[in-house]
Amino acid sequence: MTPPAEKTILLAHGGGGKLTEELIRNYILPKFKSPALASLPDAAAMNLDSTSLAFTTDSYVVKPLFFNGGDIGKLAVCGTINDLAVAGAKPVALSLSLIIEEGLEFSVLERILDSIARAADESNVEIVTGDTKTVEAGAADQLFINTAGIGTMLDGVELGFERISAGDKILLSGTIGDHGMTVISQRKDIRFQTQLKSDCAALAGLTGELLEKTAGVKFMRDPTRGGLAATLNEISGQALLSIQINEPDIPINPTVQAGADMLGFDVLNIANEGKFVAVVAPDAAGACLDICRNHPLGKNASLIGEITEPGDVAMVEMTTKIGGKRIVRMPYGRELPRIC
Amino acid sequence: MLERIYKAQQMMDGACKALGRQINIMEVCGTHTVSIFRNGIRTVLPKAIKLLSGPGCPVCVTDQSYIDIVLELAQRDDCIIATYGDMIRVPGGAGSLETRKSTADVRVVLSSEDALQLAKDNPDKTVVFIAVGFETTAPATAVVIKEAAERDIENFCVLSGHKLVVPAMRALLSEKNDRIDAFLCPGHVAVIIGYGAFGQIVDEFSRPCVVAGFEPMQIIEGLGEIARQLGEGRAELGSVYTAAVTEEGNTVAQRLIAECFDCADGYWRGLGEIKKSTLKVKDKFEQFDAFRRFDVTETPTEDTSGCRCGEVLCGLIEPSQCRLFAAACTPETPVGPCMVSSEGVCAAWFKYSRRKEKRK
Repeated sequence: MTPPAEKTILLAHGGGGKLTEELIRNYILPKFKSPALASLPDAAAMNLDSTSLAFTTDSYVVKPLFFNGGDIGKLAVCGTINDLAVAGAKPVALSLSLIIEEGLEFSVLERILDSIARAADESNVEIVTGDTKTVEAGAADQLFINTAGIGTMLDGVELGFERISAGDKILLSGTIGDHGMTVISQRKDIRFQTQLKSDCAALAGLTGELLEKTAGVKFMRDPTRGGLAATLNEISGQALLSIQINEPDIPINPTVQAGADMLGFDVLNIANEGKFVAVVAPDAAGACLDICRNHPLGKNASLIGEITEPGDVAMVEMTTKIGGKRIVRMPYGRELPRIC
Repeated sequence: MLERIYKAQQMMDGACKALGRQINIMEVCGTHTVSIFRNGIRTVLPKAIKLLSGPGCPVCVTDQSYIDIVLELAQRDDCIIATYGDMIRVPGGAGSLETRKSTADVRVVLSSEDALQLAKDNPDKTVVFIAVGFETTAPATAVVIKEAAERDIENFCVLSGHKLVVPAMRALLSEKNDRIDAFLCPGHVAVIIGYGAFGQIVDEFSRPCVVAGFEPMQIIEGLGEIARQLGEGRAELGSVYTAAVTEEGNTVAQRLIAECFDCADGYWRGLGEIKKSTLKVKDKFEQFDAFRRFDVTETPTEDTSGCRCGEVLCGLIEPSQCRLFAAACTPETPVGPCMVSSEGVCAAWFKYSRRKEKRK
């Protein structure tokens, strides 16, 4: 006897008719408790306790959909929360748009919706509006998600490149490269003795605490695509100041390092999904580090370097483990595996 | 660690004093080149020690006419091109695999086994595996040639661009650059061929040859050992990569190479034709040889782009001496292979070292 065929998404689930209604009412709505969403209005009406708002959007196309430490749903919630968090905002609400390839199993969709609901709950963020589209097989890869997020700016917080000055310290909230190496190794089916795990996490709790308890944070950014190297180069390029970092102070999980070495990648260029870089005033650096290290998402935090006056051009330079110096450049865009 | 670095630095200082001139040491391996730049090793060496980056990046030494054959095969409707990722962006005479991707079926593989699997999964197409690399990747190519033969996988073939390191070192010293004082020899290649294989260079040319791994400390200690020999006026065979390299190497892998390939004369970008320096698929496996199956041959032509990768690969000039470097030629818009490959010398210079910004 053959097992019953698994129920899958049909093009008609995006057609705006009965099947769309069924998908939304039976599968999506029950996952989310937001009163704003319950009546399926065209737009969510919200009362916010501040008029100073942060607003962001991001799309998620990660492959594979599930990886150790997370999945595309958790990523879509955490990633957008983190964009709000590093801007100095308290995340309040998210939108959720799904672009589903015809043929995706309902069981897969449900697991991802559960994960979205869990991640949003954990961060006290509501999914208040959304959209669902289906596309024919081949027009998307299983599932793409877009989330937009709205947050209220924390009182008295002012972050910006213009506040950065020479002497400021660079705080990194934990190990780098975990997310990127996990996804790459799962995609390439490379196995390591110690399993890699994505750092995918929502940082608003930690950044909120940091901003509320200290006044020394001048700028924050989450080093996602392009990794730490891209973020530091953005800071240097925008602030027109140089950055000196010290390789031994950069926390790296040894398995991540081994995997990167094997594939010829520079860990500094590999993506993170649960880390931030903060530029902090020198007199606040110790306090900021303590706050991070006392938080579960910042226990490996480290002061990795400082802002310096630029020479001929603003650049990021690193003192290596052996005491040598090298430049850290903006990565080209994608790392190609080496061949021997 | 600092003590070991200091000790190697002292050896190098001593050698520079004893010789009273600049010492030129060539690292032959692209992975060494990347590690040297990524770890800032040049910045901790005495000024009189000059590191030359040699022809050790497989992508960089692949002749343009080979790339042109790959592009030609990629245009065929009945072929799937299976290639290591590094080859995708290497420019041939007209474009690269990356620019042809929209019209050609090009798949990036991580191993030769992946390429053979593609052939099994696509019986109506011929999978051409773009087999480049030195003695390190050749055994893996041999394995799939044998498997294809044993299982009659007729829609699979190999375009062998495999090359041998020692003949290139010999060609360098005898024809191109006799200012090389010593070689830091590649760890990965030595795992296969054994450090003993470099003995012929020591014997023929009286140049120290020392094998090192890819950790920065390995490289520094390898350089220290070379300096010790030069300072004492000696040229010996050595290895500081004792954890992985034996004198005779991996004999199983060597047998695989011998079983499937013959040594043949062949073209290297920058070095020209070198006797017995490439691996050609043996007659016995000729049906899996893409050169013979499609009746194509490499016909090197003059490079007119102004690219000086050839001189860079021989250690004759530094990348910054090329007019195109960091101006017309960058990792985003590479002109020559040394800027394309992640292990290319020009890319390493561009990414990791300070330089005067040029105007485009």
